[in-house]
Amino acid sequence: MDLLILFWTFFKIGAFTFGGGYAMLPLIQEEVIKNNWLDAKALIDFIAVSESTPGPFAVNISTYVGREVAGIPGSICATLGVTLPSFIIILIVAKCFEKFKSSKIVKGCMSGLKPAVVGLIGTAVISVSKTVFIPDGFSLAIFSDIGFYVSAVIFIICLILALKKLHPILIICLSAVLGIACGYLL
Amino acid sequence: MKKILELFLTFMKIGGFTFGGGYAMIPLIQREVVQNKKWIKEGDILEIVAIAESTPGPIAINAATFVGYKVAGFAGAIAATIGVVFPSFLIILIISYVLKEFESFKGVQYAFYGIRAGVLALIIKALFNMYKQCPKNLYAYIIMGTAFILAAFLHVSVLIVIIACALFGLITYLADERRAK
Repeated sequence: MDLLILFWTFFKIGAFTFGGGYAMLPLIQEEVIKNNWLDAKALIDFIAVSESTPGPFAVNISTYVGREVAGIPGSICATLGVTLPSFIIILIVAKCFEKFKSSKIVKGCMSGLKPAVVGLIGTAVISVSKTVFIPDGFSLAIFSDIGFYVSAVIFIICLILALKKLHPILIICLSAVLGIACGYLL
Repeated sequence: MKKILELFLTFMKIGGFTFGGGYAMIPLIQREVVQNKKWIKEGDILEIVAIAESTPGPIAINAATFVGYKVAGFAGAIAATIGVVFPSFLIILIISYVLKEFESFKGVQYAFYGIRAGVLALIIKALFNMYKQCPKNLYAYIIMGTAFILAAFLHVSVLIVIIACALFGLITYLADERRAK
């Protein structure tokens, strides 16, 4: 049963996310947390693992979640699920490429999807921010919590460097070093 | 048969050496598939990117399936797709066995504490990049804002927001076309 749910959930993720990479995050986040497969923190931790290992994020997360939920068969089902929609759709498109390229339906759908993805990643930013800055919910107590300031400083440094196009893996390494340093010093 | 095996190995190399996935893979595909193997022409790469963008799913898988199919038909598509997925699959499988063990160390917990803030920065950067690629007109801003509010504050399912925005885009696009006539 688990295997079927894994396959079907990741099939949906593969079929309904456009743009790849972080564009896939909002739907993955919703499905993985709704099914209680990972909690919000574990998901963010895994994003870091995925950035520092080769391959597409969608494949990495489906393999990982599948293994956590139902062992190796689970990881195979989830990865197959996330891959299959692309595979089928591309085979169809490759056969009638010229028609696809000039299709008004595709152009119309994409004109709605592109801005939608931006809005949805905005949603992911909100929920990840909550997990990072106010993991126990908002109260005035967080302003006396040193962890809040540590996160804020690391975040600002990383954001500046990310916008200056420092490689994502270096940003993850740096934030890990800062986290360790602050953890032992403060 | 030789071509099928070559496709598998080439895409395994591409899958095993690109970090972050997606667009990071395009230059490597270009080098391997266009320059080294000469399976497809230079200009076709742009078409592959365009297709990968306007079809659902990870860009790497879309590109692998497409190139595999062009080079050696259905069997080629299977070989290239399995090839590009295989390295990630194997590496993550190994990591999944040790990640939990590592997380019990105090130092690793501190590291991930910092990493979470770093990941947030990376997601915001991805948001900026996608915003830059998006058309900037009133229509796009309305969809952007509506999708954001629906998913973030009204807790509408992401899946429903995606489907609704695609339909809305389609309807307005077709209506514009009709008006232009």
